[in-house]
Parts: sequence; structure tokens; C-alpha cells
Amino acid sequence: MAPDGPDRTAELEAAPPIIGPGYTYASITDKISALVLTQPTPRWWYVGFGVAFLLVLLLLYATAYLLTAGIGIWGVNIPVAWGFAIVNFVWWIGIGHAGTLISAILLLLRQAWRQSINRFAEAMTLFAVACAGLFPLLHLGRPWYFYWLLPYPSTMGIWPQFRSPLVWDVFAVQTYFTVSLLFWYVGLIPDLATLRDRARRRLPRFVYGALAMGWRGSAIHWHRYEMTYLLLAGLATPLVVSVHTVVSFDFAISLLPGWHSTIFPPYFVAGAIYSGFAMVMTLVIPLRALYGLEDFITMRHLRNMALIMLATGLIVAYGYLMETFMGWYSGNLHERFVLLNRAFGPYGSLFWLLLLFNVLVPQALWVARVRASVPALFLISLSVNVGMWLERFVIVVVSLHRDFLPSAWGMYAPTRWDWATLVGSVGLFLALMFLFVRFLPMISIFEMRAILPKAEAGGGA
Amino acid sequence: MKNARPAIYGLLAEFERPEELLAAAHRAHAAGYRRMDAYTPLPVEGLAEALGFRHTRIPLVVLLGGLAGCLGGFALQYWVSAIDYPLNVGGRPLNSWPAFIPVTFELTVLGAALAGVLGLLALNRLPMPYHPVFNVPRFELATRNRFFLCIEAADLGFHREGTRRFLEGLNARGVYDVEH
Repeated sequence: MAPDGPDRTAELEAAPPIIGPGYTYASITDKISALVLTQPTPRWWYVGFGVAFLLVLLLLYATAYLLTAGIGIWGVNIPVAWGFAIVNFVWWIGIGHAGTLISAILLLLRQAWRQSINRFAEAMTLFAVACAGLFPLLHLGRPWYFYWLLPYPSTMGIWPQFRSPLVWDVFAVQTYFTVSLLFWYVGLIPDLATLRDRARRRLPRFVYGALAMGWRGSAIHWHRYEMTYLLLAGLATPLVVSVHTVVSFDFAISLLPGWHSTIFPPYFVAGAIYSGFAMVMTLVIPLRALYGLEDFITMRHLRNMALIMLATGLIVAYGYLMETFMGWYSGNLHERFVLLNRAFGPYGSLFWLLLLFNVLVPQALWVARVRASVPALFLISLSVNVGMWLERFVIVVVSLHRDFLPSAWGMYAPTRWDWATLVGSVGLFLALMFLFVRFLPMISIFEMRAILPKAEAGGGA
Repeated sequence: MKNARPAIYGLLAEFERPEELLAAAHRAHAAGYRRMDAYTPLPVEGLAEALGFRHTRIPLVVLLGGLAGCLGGFALQYWVSAIDYPLNVGGRPLNSWPAFIPVTFELTVLGAALAGVLGLLALNRLPMPYHPVFNVPRFELATRNRFFLCIEAADLGFHREGTRRFLEGLNARGVYDVEH
């Protein structure tokens, strides 16, 4: 996105810095580790975590009822057999993608501004994928047989069908979760060692010490560490593209009009990054204000994220345009019907809301003044979060509810249990985020040390 | 003939800035010291090389892990679909390899990533709950803002007084004995 012309150089140089002035190795370490170790837990943390925890209890309640009564408590039925569960699954897994993009792709592209948001975004990825994974499992009907999805030599003598995209999905999501966890943990090891050495009380010292595994910052260890980190980034980059591609195959490999489309993989991947960056913004904007981290997560970060949202949002808008165009151009009766039904059918209002939230509102990001306004960015990111959820609803439900035979048409309406599970999963995500910012360094300390200007970094007590 | 265990693990020199440590590591290597290590709060470019460490086997480990995941993943799907449970779907080939690519790819990445992280831990000998350098109280700053060079007593050229004088001559902010 970097412009080449000399006329833009001045503007780039005037861009806000990626870190506030006057920090040293010592002060940066103390400031970030104090958030976890010494600062009293702020009152808003208890309130926020309390609310999130109540929603977790709601999720547990809804899940317990689901396990006893079966998925009949949800609104799903034939023809709409994939309701909220799959909508939420695709939404959550898409949100996760920004974390990997920030941690892996921006690392390979040597974008130094990623350093202060990558840890946070990786945690977001992990928790979003955990929330995503819940939904297909609960949707199985008999979730206690989830291990039937895995290839293991069973007494039944049968195996998963490896030609099915649903089985590909199992492998993609599990690999994604595992690799995200490894990437996150490897990134945390040096910071856990910092917390071990800064902690004054026995219990934190022991816990952080055990998690740091005896890391002592040896030059030879760092050498292998950097190589491993780089290779993991190289592996995570094609992985993140593959994951949402495979998710889109769940739809695109089928023959249903509205799903059977070759544009799905790139359009899903762009949508995933779009929604992920929106979620990073939604979380980072309140946190930097509450914890006073404006020196580390500067306007430069918000501006760059806004630009990435604008770019990926345009790719998504192009996807909508092409879907519409191909629906008309194909001359296929069913494709054209899906198109008209999407915009003017019983769920038409959701389609127009989707265009409003996902395409129209984010165009405000073209204006530099909007990109410099924190409240505006927050509102736009919320708009995109909602818009992307609506997009998945339109893809899943609206395509299913009227397919080839009018006699097989039907309507779908979520029940209160659908809503409880969705809201509960948001609660689970937030509760995990609250625990993360309380107990782990939400900004990577050692990577922040590395981006300090050399002349000022040393010294200090 | 076995050497008696040296009285201390080594000598630890403290520096304020990465460049000072890097220069010290170069001079120590030039002076013939080989059994030494440096400890820093952030990766310092060229430091491992200055200590005489040339290349790491991590990339090879990752490659082997990836190959194992790739070949194992494809072999699993081939064996399941073509040998153990052949299912004729509309006369299509049993070894429908294009449909096996997504899972093969995912398992390649999984194998490579697991091998990379486990290889990193194994080569770095982590977890290691005890290490002598932690006996130096100042060493807790190695994860904050100080840079350390440790010359181990096991080095052939180590001499408790001579090495101490050598380290002090490198602008070290302090030189400490490292107990076992």
C-alpha cells in the first residue's frame, strides 16, 4: 500500500511514530510487566470480567440444555439445516485470521509497527478459534462422538471420508489452532522469563518460571529462536490462507446455487482478514485508553489497521459485485433466482443492512480525518463486526432456505437458544481476553525492546 | 585421568549496551575463549556468530517434520481410501489424489510447526529448571536491560584471576563469580 511518488514522502515522514519518545529497555520492561505484576487490578476489570463470566454461564446453560434435549431446541430444520451454528463458526474463525496476519505476514514483510499489537492479536486468534470450534461440535447432534471425525483404527472398521470438505475442515481448524497456540507460546517464552525475574511473590515467580521453562536469553538460544520464529511465520502464512479457503470449500464444493462459486476462497479469506482487523480495533481501542498504552499502540497503528480494513473491505465489496454479476451473466435460472431472492426475498432487509455495514460505512475510512478519530474508528469497526456476521447469515441461511424445488422451500428463525449460544460465545471470548490481559503481557516486551531507537535504549537503572 | 570439577562455573561480565557486549564477545573469541555464552534481553544480531556459533539445524528439523507430515498424511488417505476401505463413488478413481491435497497440506504445516517448536526446545535443552548463571543476583536483569557474557571455567584458557582481569579490561560494568 506504500505510495512511491515523492509527493507522499512528506506525509509518510510526518506519520505518528510507532512508539512514544523517551523509552529505554528498562522503562519499557517495567511498564508492561507492571500491568500484570504490580498494578492493582482496576475496577473496570472486575466489572468487565464479571459480565463476561455471566455470559459464559449462559453458554454453559444453553449447552447443557442442548446436550440433554438435542439440537431441536435450535431453529434449524430442513431445508435450513445450517443455522446460527455455522454462521457463528465462520464468523469466529474469520475473526481469528487477523491475528495470524499481524503476527506472521507482517513479520515476513518486516513491518515494525506490528510489534506492539501482535501478542494481543495472536491471543485473539486463539480465543476466536476456540469459540469457532465449539459450534460445529455442538451442531454434531451427538457431540460426545466428536472423535469419529478423526482417523483412528476403530472397531467399526470405517474411516472418515477424506473427499469431503467437512473432513478437510476438521484438519484445517485443528492445525490452525495448534499452530496458533505454538506461535503464541513461543513468542511468550522470553516475556514469561521477564515476568519470572520481575515477580516478587512466590506463586507468580513459580508459575511464570515454570512456563518460561528456564529461558535465560542465551545468544545461541536466541539464534535458534529467531530462526524458528521466522519459519513458523512462513508456515503460518499459507496456513491462514488455507484455513478460510477450506471453510469456503464447505460451501463452494456443494452444488447449491449461492454456494457453488469459484470466487468463494479469495473472497472468504479477504472477509476473514477484514473482520479480524475490525475485531482487533474493537478490542484495542478501549484497552489502550483504559491501561494508558497510547505510547505503545499509537495513532500509527490505528491508522495502518484502518487502511488494511479499507483495502480488504474493498476486496470483499468486489466479491459481492462479482457474485451479483456472475449470477446474472451465467444465465442460470437458479443462480439468478438466488440473487433476486437475496436482495428482495423474505430476508432482503438483512442483505441491504449487510451492504450498509460492510460496504458503505467503511468507505468513511478514505477520509484522513476519520482515520485520525478514535471514536469514529471504533464505530466503524463495530459496524464491520456486525456486517460480517450478517454476511455469513446471508450466505448460509438465505442460500439454503430456497433452493431448486419450491415445494422444499422453508423459513428459518433462530430460537432463544440460538441467541443464547451466540451471546454466550461472545462472553467466553471476552472472558478469555480479560484473563489474558490480567495475567500475561499483552504487548510483546522483547520485541518492543528491539524497536527502540538504538541511541536512547540502553542505560537507566 | 579426569579433571577435578572447577571451583566455580565461570565468570559473568555485565554490560550496559548490546554493542559493548558484541565487541567483548569478539575480543573474547579472538583471545581464544571457546566455552562461553552471552545472555541478552533481546536478540542481538551477530552475537551468536561472534561466539563462534555458525549454523543451526532448526531448518533441517522443520523440513523433516514437514516431509513426515506430508508423506504420512497422503499415505494415510491413500491407504484408507484405496486399500482398507475402498468405496466406489460413481466409478471415480479410488486414489482421487486432488481431493487429498487439503489434508496433506494441513498435515505438512502441522508436522513442520510441531517439529520446529519441539526441535527448538530440544536443541536449547529447555525446559531446564536449574542453571548456574541464575545464582548471580544481578542476572535477573538479563531479561530487562543488561547484557552478560559468561566465560565458563571448563574453558581450557580459563584462569580465575587472568580471565577476570581480561573481562574487566573489556569495559564490563561488573564481573561476578558464577557458583555451581
